[in-house]
Amino acid sequence: MNRGAWLLGRLAQIVPSFLAIGLAVFVLARLLPGDPVSAVLGDRASDATIARLTAQLGLDRSIPVQLWGFLAGVMRGEFGESIAYRVPVTRLIAERLPATLMLTGLAALIAVVAAVPLAFIAALRADRWPDLLIRSVFQVGLSTPIFYVGLLLLTVFAAWLHLFPVGGYGEGLGEHLWHLFLPACTLAFSFAAVLMRSLRGAILQVLTAEFVDFARAKGLRSQVILGRHVLRNALIATVTLVGLHVGSLLGGAVITESVFAVPGVGRLMVESIFARDYPVIQALTLVLAVLVSLAFLVTDIVQMWLDPRVGR
Amino acid sequence: MRAKLPLIAGCSLLSVMVTAALVPGWFMPHDPLAFDFAALLAPPSPEHIFGTDQFGRDILSRTIAAARIDLQIAVFAMGGPLIIGTLIGLLVGWFGGVADAVFGRLADLVITFPFLVLVIAVVAILGPGLINMYIAVACVGWVVYARLMRGEVRVQKAADYVAAGRVLGYSTSRILFRHVLPNAIRPVLVYAVTDMALAILLGSSLGYVGLGAQPPEAEWGVLIADGRNFFTTAPWISLAPGVAIVLAGLGFSLTGDGLAALLDVKR
Amino acid sequence: MSLSVRDLRVVFTARDSKVFAVDGVDLDVAPGEVVGLVGESGSGKSVTLRAIARLLHANATVSGRVTWQGQDLLTMPEEPMRRIRGCQIGIVFQEPMAALNPVLPIGLQIDESLVAHTTLDKSARRRRALELLDHVGIAAGATRLGQYPHEFSGGMRQRAMIAIALASSPALLLADEPTTALDVTIQDQILRLLLRLKDELGMALLLVTHDLGVVAETAERVVVMYAGRVCEAGPTAKVFAHPRHAYTQALLRAMPGTGAAQAKLIPIPGMAPRLDAPSPGCAFMPRCAVSEPLCATTRPGLIVEGAREMACYARDRL
Repeated sequence: MNRGAWLLGRLAQIVPSFLAIGLAVFVLARLLPGDPVSAVLGDRASDATIARLTAQLGLDRSIPVQLWGFLAGVMRGEFGESIAYRVPVTRLIAERLPATLMLTGLAALIAVVAAVPLAFIAALRADRWPDLLIRSVFQVGLSTPIFYVGLLLLTVFAAWLHLFPVGGYGEGLGEHLWHLFLPACTLAFSFAAVLMRSLRGAILQVLTAEFVDFARAKGLRSQVILGRHVLRNALIATVTLVGLHVGSLLGGAVITESVFAVPGVGRLMVESIFARDYPVIQALTLVLAVLVSLAFLVTDIVQMWLDPRVGR
Repeated sequence: MRAKLPLIAGCSLLSVMVTAALVPGWFMPHDPLAFDFAALLAPPSPEHIFGTDQFGRDILSRTIAAARIDLQIAVFAMGGPLIIGTLIGLLVGWFGGVADAVFGRLADLVITFPFLVLVIAVVAILGPGLINMYIAVACVGWVVYARLMRGEVRVQKAADYVAAGRVLGYSTSRILFRHVLPNAIRPVLVYAVTDMALAILLGSSLGYVGLGAQPPEAEWGVLIADGRNFFTTAPWISLAPGVAIVLAGLGFSLTGDGLAALLDVKR
Repeated sequence: MSLSVRDLRVVFTARDSKVFAVDGVDLDVAPGEVVGLVGESGSGKSVTLRAIARLLHANATVSGRVTWQGQDLLTMPEEPMRRIRGCQIGIVFQEPMAALNPVLPIGLQIDESLVAHTTLDKSARRRRALELLDHVGIAAGATRLGQYPHEFSGGMRQRAMIAIALASSPALLLADEPTTALDVTIQDQILRLLLRLKDELGMALLLVTHDLGVVAETAERVVVMYAGRVCEAGPTAKVFAHPRHAYTQALLRAMPGTGAAQAKLIPIPGMAPRLDAPSPGCAFMPRCAVSEPLCATTRPGLIVEGAREMACYARDRL
């Protein structure tokens, strides 16, 4: 099979998966017990108020009509109006999304930059003290909740050493990056641990491959063997993992943004829960899932680029 | 030896914690609810090893008192998905066909949603609280168990003893629950131990943002959230509960890793 | 002598056991000579080859002397050793599919060899790569350079691996079962290719194989290994016509199409010996048809008679 056709096929899968995500969000919101209207208004609202909100949320129409309206809205990028902010949900999310994307992107970058060299050190010194040290630190990292890592970094680097701001987002790209550095490190920690673990295993496995022996038999320098032959093959195994973990990064962003008061969609989500802002919660769930499936797509494309066997 | 060291470390950590949860009185130096207005936000001292909070309550005692809730979270947040997922995995793995195909699609769909986001979304609809958190985790977390179980069942289905059971005329349910289930469940149970570490992290995270355990329930994440307004002036408030979470997480993940190595379960 | 191996020993250490894979091997390869190193799997022939090139992993302890043009390869620091590997000594493995990196184009895998051992610039390296492909009989080199191993057939992959090994015109080629993974018809093509290249380039060839037919076709001298030791060595024609070790004789009788015309094939009974607990006597004794009591207690030493060497008490009775 031709790789171009493979890529087109992969791109085409995006449409049904977006539809499925929309459907799932819709079903989820209606399947679970609990009435959004009374939850928002409480027990003592007048009938007129209840009717108005029911109409506003579109809950007075039949389920198929609601579904059609919802999916059609999703296709147009319309999710209704936020109950708490009284602005279109789309606008609200558009304002908040860049901070989250920058945070998760920066975190992924930090995690990769930290995990790749550490994984090499650990794998090349397997079962000796550098390996044991690195693995122990990350074992602890995997057992530390994100919010606690955040609080610790906040206490030490922001409150005591005053190296970074305590929270917020700032103005302009430079300030954004400066404000997001600690949150990104927080978010990167557990991700780097997962990445390091998997990459170390992959490197150990690749090191036993015959082509590594042959590369040595060719008299290549060890930097070339590690950097070209080993890394590339180990990365193929790891890229999939990175893709699968974009979801946990976004989930972690919800917590991190709460700790550092970053005005992203994660914090918006938590705020919306307390404000019972159903349209926002529903739209955010959908947008985050769409981001994850886009990440899966990017993963597959990177995989194809790294591994010539994919799609042929 | 490689398998035993993590296993011993993990089990010792866990047994101390479980004991502390069951008989907190043996460990607590003070009444966790007793206010001590002479020592508000007191730093660590021989009297209060981990200091006191804004009401003068002993942090260590509060942390020990919270162990019960957090270990309960570990068990329940793992148990729901374990039971539902194992059953579904057993059935779709055994019967295959349309149910299996539907399961495959559904599982792909569920992993598209970030786990925490989906749990939060479900909690949002049900309302914050521990019980609702368990329901939310069960709604989302069963997929992992079902996938694991399905794979194992498909391997077992081809095994000789299954054919032998059929020849002997055993009923399908007898073969499934008396023979296939015990043989297939080992990797699932090993994963479940590791999953309890994740459950504690999830439970305390939701507690911290206010969606899990609700004050005055003492839960480690809630305790840390209580102290967050004082983290510049009294950072010790969050130290003991934070360390407790890390130790509990380590206890479960080391035990899980050790079991996996001991039982030769691939991860 | 361009390559001389003396008392080579390789011990693999596992968690609680030691395997004596190579146990005192002597071996010589003269310039331009083809030497066949034969034995069953587990006889230590491939380990010997990898030990010569210092390609074994950390679980192997190597001792003895490997002299290449006056330098001891085993005690040499890693950097000069690296410059000899793939440059003066080329190496070809058994499984081209495993030995070639699946995710790198063939052109790059040839090119990096040239980068490591020559000062050629980019365009000169490309010309050399095309020349090499042409040399090993791969047509349409320009398109082939951009392709990946999985786009090559088995025989073509082995040719490509040989091209890589020949990149800097080595004086010695170590070939580890270069034809075993291939179809029979392709095997013959590859053997003839190796012999032609040897003649054209004037290099020596140490050919490790379990296939006596391959040795008969190609090697001037043969070294037979059993249980990590040399049991017989000498000119191929003489060894094949009149073996002087019970194991060599048994091997030849187990091989179709050689020896006395239409002689009955006699398989060697028993199993390959255990290498973790060597016996004090001859390792072949339990399977030997002509053994005597002495064989069980005292290992026969290697005896030199003219161009031939053998380690067998029955050498004159065979």
